[in-house]
Amino acid sequence: MSDHGAGEGTHPAASAKTFLWVWLALVFLTGVEVYLGYIELEPKLMLSILMGLSVIKAGLIIFWFMHLKYEKPSLKFWLIPATVFCIGMMLLVFFWDSFRLAALRS
Amino acid sequence: MHDVKQDAMSSVWSGGASPFAMGSKKLGMWLFIVSDSLTFSALLIAYSYARLNSPNWPRPFPFSPSIVFSTIMTVVLLASSLTMVMGVAAAARGDRGTTVKWILATMFFGTTFIVLHMREWFHLMDEGLRLTSNPWGSPLFGAVFFGVTGLHMTHVAIGVIYLGIVSLGFGRGKFTPEDVEVSGLYWHFVDLVWMFVFPLVYIMSISPK
Repeated sequence: MSDHGAGEGTHPAASAKTFLWVWLALVFLTGVEVYLGYIELEPKLMLSILMGLSVIKAGLIIFWFMHLKYEKPSLKFWLIPATVFCIGMMLLVFFWDSFRLAALRS
Repeated sequence: MHDVKQDAMSSVWSGGASPFAMGSKKLGMWLFIVSDSLTFSALLIAYSYARLNSPNWPRPFPFSPSIVFSTIMTVVLLASSLTMVMGVAAAARGDRGTTVKWILATMFFGTTFIVLHMREWFHLMDEGLRLTSNPWGSPLFGAVFFGVTGLHMTHVAIGVIYLGIVSLGFGRGKFTPEDVEVSGLYWHFVDLVWMFVFPLVYIMSISPK
C-alpha cells in the first residue's frame, strides 16, 4: 500500500506582502461593485460588469490564496476546463430559455 | 529495461504515483471543490432563471442596513481568507503556535460573518420575508434568498468547525502542514462562492431610489 504522495504539495507560498496586495485588490473590487449598484446602468450591462468583476475576484482567490498558481500545470489544465465546461453547459440551457421567455413577454 | 517500464506502469495503475504532485487529501479537496462549485452554480443559475421569469421580482435591499451589512460581511470574509493564507504559510514554515493563532483569527472572522448574516436574516424576517411569501413581490424570492444564502452560511459554519478541529490537531502535532493547507482550500472556496452571491443576490437587488 503506497503512501500516495502524503506530504507532497506543500510548497513555498508567496510573501505576506503579496497576499496583502491581493486582499487589497479584492476589497477595492468589492467597493467598485457597491458603487455600481448606485449608478443607473442598464441591467444587462450591470450584470455583465458585476460577473466580470466576480470572475476576476475568483481568479485572485484561486490563483493566490488557493495556491493554484504554484501547482503543476497538469492540475490547472485538468480542473479549470472541466469546471468551466460544466458551468457553460448549465448556462447554455439557461440563456436559451431565458431569451425565449423574454421574447414571449415582449 | 522491459521490467522497469512494466513496474512503472503497474505502479501508476495501482495508485502508487501522484500525477499532480500532491497528496491524496489535497487532490480530494480539489475534487470536492469542483463538485461543490457546480452545486452553487446550479443554485445561482436557478435563482437567475426564477428572477427573469418573474416580472414582479422584488428589490428590497436599502443602503442601510442591508447593503452596509452585506458589504461588511464581504470584507470580513475576505479578511478571514487573508488570515487563513497566513496560517497556511506559517504551517509550511513549521511554526505551530503562529499557525494556530492565524486559524483562530480565521474562525473569529467566520463566526462574525455568521452573526452578521443571522442579524440580516432576522431583520428581513421582521419585515415579513418568509420561505413562501414576502410583502414586496414574487413569492419565490424568499425561497431562493434563504436557499442560496442558507447553503452558503451552512458551508461557513461547517468551515468554522473544521478549522477548530484542524487547529486543535495541528497545535498538538497530530496534523501535518498539508492538513492545514487542505482546510485552507475549503475556506477560500467558501469565500470565493460569496464573491458571486454578494453581487447577484444583494447588489442586483438594491431597492430603487
